Amino acid sequence: MNFWSDPLKVAADWLTGILVGWGMNAVVAHILLAFLGILMLASILMVLDIFLVWLERKVVARFQDRLGPNRVGPFGLIQPFADIIKLLIKEDTTPDGADRVVYNIAPLLSMMSVLILWAIVPLAPVLLGVDLNSGALFLIAAGAIGTLSIIMAGWASNNKFSVIGAFRQVAVMVSFEIPMLAVLLIPTIFAGSMGMNTIIQKQDIWYFLLSPLGALIFLIAAIAELGRAPFDLAEGESELVAGYNTEYSGMKFGMFYAGELLHAFTFGGFWAILFFGGYRFFGLEKVSPFLSIAIILFKALIGYWIIMWIKYTMMRIRIDQMLAFNWKFLTPIAFVLVMVTALMNALLRDASSWLYITGMILSNIILGWVSLEIARLVSKKERERVEGLKQPALSKAEGVVEAHH
Amino acid sequence: MTGEKIIFLIIAGVTLFSGFMVVTSSNLVHAALWLVAALFGVAMVFALLNAGFIAVVQVVVYIGAIAILFIFAIMLTRREQLDHGVQVNKNWWVGALVAVASFAGLVFLLQSFNGFSKTALAIPSGFDAVNQLGDALTSPAGYVLPFEVASVLLLAALVGAVYLAFNKK
Amino acid sequence: MIPLSWYLILAAALFSIGLYGVLARRNAVAILLGVELMLNAVNINLVAFWRYGDVAQMAGQVFAIIVFAVAAAEVAVGLALVISVYRRRNTVIAEELDILKW
Repeated sequence: MNFWSDPLKVAADWLTGILVGWGMNAVVAHILLAFLGILMLASILMVLDIFLVWLERKVVARFQDRLGPNRVGPFGLIQPFADIIKLLIKEDTTPDGADRVVYNIAPLLSMMSVLILWAIVPLAPVLLGVDLNSGALFLIAAGAIGTLSIIMAGWASNNKFSVIGAFRQVAVMVSFEIPMLAVLLIPTIFAGSMGMNTIIQKQDIWYFLLSPLGALIFLIAAIAELGRAPFDLAEGESELVAGYNTEYSGMKFGMFYAGELLHAFTFGGFWAILFFGGYRFFGLEKVSPFLSIAIILFKALIGYWIIMWIKYTMMRIRIDQMLAFNWKFLTPIAFVLVMVTALMNALLRDASSWLYITGMILSNIILGWVSLEIARLVSKKERERVEGLKQPALSKAEGVVEAHH
Repeated sequence: MTGEKIIFLIIAGVTLFSGFMVVTSSNLVHAALWLVAALFGVAMVFALLNAGFIAVVQVVVYIGAIAILFIFAIMLTRREQLDHGVQVNKNWWVGALVAVASFAGLVFLLQSFNGFSKTALAIPSGFDAVNQLGDALTSPAGYVLPFEVASVLLLAALVGAVYLAFNKK
Repeated sequence: MIPLSWYLILAAALFSIGLYGVLARRNAVAILLGVELMLNAVNINLVAFWRYGDVAQMAGQVFAIIVFAVAAAEVAVGLALVISVYRRRNTVIAEELDILKW
């Protein structure tokens, strides 16, 4: 075992040797090293986050046919550091009547709910925080803490726009958790485990190919959980100023902003882990753990890019449309999909792998087609109803015009 | 005193303090947030008991759903004067007495229980609690009937809550 | 190793705190907060007995899961009742809800 095949263990053994050599208790050294590992992962993520700001600004500029930051440093790479300095030296305001403690804890919780997700992200077969055997649920649990941070921020700000934004966001997050939880069961069914590492290890064929509909529902639910367009009505600028973070300034606002970007990147990573094989890429992951890290970060970036693509292409939808979309469309499909997948899995478990794959894809396609047809029928009826309501009003207006003549 | 005991004492202290703040703080939103802290403490107690799955479910169900529901309900039923007035009824000292008496009684009863101070055996290697729990919940020899009854109860509660809170106009 | 008694005493203390909340609070929502603490204390006991007994017997964890479901149902119906009462009587103070008492 050398550094290149298992860097984490080699480094940990080396540091433990040094610490014990200094006369430190082995248990204390172990705890100290665990803290050091957490600190290192969190710092790397924060630095990555800085570059995500640059990346997001560059990509949105390209989508909107602009150049984006290009003045500070090569390709504007130093721009985010300038932004950070600006955020740090801004006045740190607290509104009158704010609940100070809650107001200050909320941004921290928001950031924490994102960073804590990386505890279960396997960067390489040997490089991961914990291989929790309830990893899929952990994703939802971290989302619960994020929900809590938003409602705390909205309430503590003592501002009606903040509260309305927080209410909207919480309603969205709580309801979109349900299809997400249902869809998380699909990789669980395929892999027979909720652990992220096991899901990747068992993923000889991308689960996206076995369940494209599941991957799509996960992406939609993830975007809603992030509160990005087309589901960004929590901070609908045209009506709510900025939603739950209206009253925040300086670095506290920066925490929400950076947390959102890192969250999007993280969900890109989870999309890759659950449906695109995580760190696996045609056996390349066996070469070196460092190559695995590069593969999973690359896949996560692609997922992040798709989330950005959707954000800068779609327009915002109304809250009632969004909740109706979730409860009447996404949740039923997700539940039916889980049932169909479980049934097909039980039926085809002993069949040849080609039959298994074909059956899974076919069931997904048929289910997607049927649900789209049902949605088309329902929306046609709804359109006719709305047209029928409009018709008398129109004829009345025409009558008025006639009388006027 | 081992490391595990120190960790337990810290968690227990935080949990009990948060629980105390839940029942005493006059601002109800603060009480609900203290409840979140107490629930998180209980989740850590579960993790300490090697029940990681239950700990995660505790966070999902209690913090993600129940605590959020409480905060919503408090905001919907809030009147400004409620935060500053007396939060306890005039017989609060009887309640305190009953609580202390029940604690003393429970500890007294528990002391006569012969497994009171036993320590846990190590979990056998290869034991997967999540698998075992899944089997127990769904096998006919296990607890499939209570599980189904619980799901019917949830459905009934869902319908009932919608019916009760629906604004009939 | 931590003896079982520590968990049991923690659960007893949490239960008593919740009991005090239920008995002493005036606000109906605060009473429900106390009930949540009591249910959690029960769950600590259930999981502790699972861990300190035979771990292959999953009864403790199963009952804890069922307590979760019951707690969720209780909160949903309880808070719906509180909101419904608030709409009609414009109060959530338990002792002001006394029209059955003449």
